[in-house]
Amino acid sequence: METIKQNTFDISVKSSTEELSAIRNFIRESITPAGVADDAVDKIILAVDEASTNIVKHSYHYAKDKEIRVHLALEPDSCTVTILDYGDSFDPNEIPKPDMKQYLEEKRVGGLGLYLMRTLMDEVQYTSYEGKYNKLILIKKFN
Amino acid sequence: MSEFFTNIKQQNQVNIVELGGYLDAHTAPQLENVFSELIKEKKFNVVVNFEQLSYISSAGLGVFMAFIETMRENKGDIKLAAMKPNVFNIFDLLGFPLLYEIFSSENEAIEKFIKQ
Repeated sequence: METIKQNTFDISVKSSTEELSAIRNFIRESITPAGVADDAVDKIILAVDEASTNIVKHSYHYAKDKEIRVHLALEPDSCTVTILDYGDSFDPNEIPKPDMKQYLEEKRVGGLGLYLMRTLMDEVQYTSYEGKYNKLILIKKFN
Repeated sequence: MSEFFTNIKQQNQVNIVELGGYLDAHTAPQLENVFSELIKEKKFNVVVNFEQLSYISSAGLGVFMAFIETMRENKGDIKLAAMKPNVFNIFDLLGFPLLYEIFSSENEAIEKFIKQ
């Protein structure tokens, strides 16, 4: 008998930091059964957490009744997470890569989310569809 | 089940903050309150025991950045101890070992304060 493996997963949550644990559980439960290595699972979870936190803070400015949609597509050699929000957009090119030495010396707080996403994932693509939605695509390749 | 918890104890003039669970943008304010309270009570020698902490995001890391200067200006410090490898990896990825002393056990971190 042929087994049909599910390889796409979806969740929609409210734009609250309370939902971060639900998003993390969703990622873990979606990709762990496929045998993805723990290290890769952890990186994907943290990247999606950082992305969702940024949406709550910067896209929706802490309004809790908005929507965050997460779509996950699993391939044998990669995992692609697409995150949609309907709030304010930003230009990722305007956010410079932090100089971590200087960052630490000046004891800055915040602003590490995008840097972490770029460090943890193989690809980070952001597109804003003016007046419609913002789409962030995070891709992790499995070695 | 608590998503995140803190427990505070004192040993040899060192204040030990035990962390457990998940430290993210939702739970970070709880830890900020703990540090604010320590500062209010003029307790500047702090060891953070990470043994039971399963997860940290940049919002959690930010709490340590926000309070380290106040502790050091008052001749204290925040020393970190007993991190699980996955938690240490995030600190390490961002270069935090340059700024914070990280020990493998709570006792080693306490010893360092006593010897100072």
